[in-house]
Amino acid sequence: MALTKSDIVAKVHELGFTKKKSIDIIEGLLEIIKRELEEGEDVLISGFGKFCVKNKKKRRGRNPATGEDLMLRKRRVVTFKCSGKLRNKINHPEQSDN
Amino acid sequence: MNKLELIATLKNEANISKAEAAKVVEIFFGNMAEALSEGERVEIRGLCSFFVKDYKSYIGRNPKTGEKVVITPKKLPFFKCGKELKERVDY
Repeated sequence: MALTKSDIVAKVHELGFTKKKSIDIIEGLLEIIKRELEEGEDVLISGFGKFCVKNKKKRRGRNPATGEDLMLRKRRVVTFKCSGKLRNKINHPEQSDN
Repeated sequence: MNKLELIATLKNEANISKAEAAKVVEIFFGNMAEALSEGERVEIRGLCSFFVKDYKSYIGRNPKTGEKVVITPKKLPFFKCGKELKERVDY
């Protein structure tokens, strides 16, 4: 079982918003995060982690399945750096309070 | 953008109070953290997915001093960028 968007929407619904409003709020939140990253801005969430935009240079790569040489073009990707707090929570779940 | 700016932007765009926006942001990241700490996967369509990866103990090196250090087994969340986000961020 994986945690999905609908689980989060259900939790927001519990705050007293209608189902539709809860969906709109979560879609709105996701849109803000995506837009920010699209504009090349990092998104820092204290206690959770940092979503960073990184510029990757063009480089030679290889198709791991076929072993074929190929050129990877210059591109922009999103990376995630886990915060110390989240890392502790994952490694020692019994010690965390919430 | 940090968490406070995210809350302020959500408040304005979703037309909810600041306290409500703060709760929503807390629910969003809090539930993801909770799921990961229980070893559960997280899948947010269009944004990203996470799963917890187990790393075995290994001998690493302090990159500054070159000294050998034993790295104890650890778990880390592995981030995978969603399709929509990937396409929007790339040139």
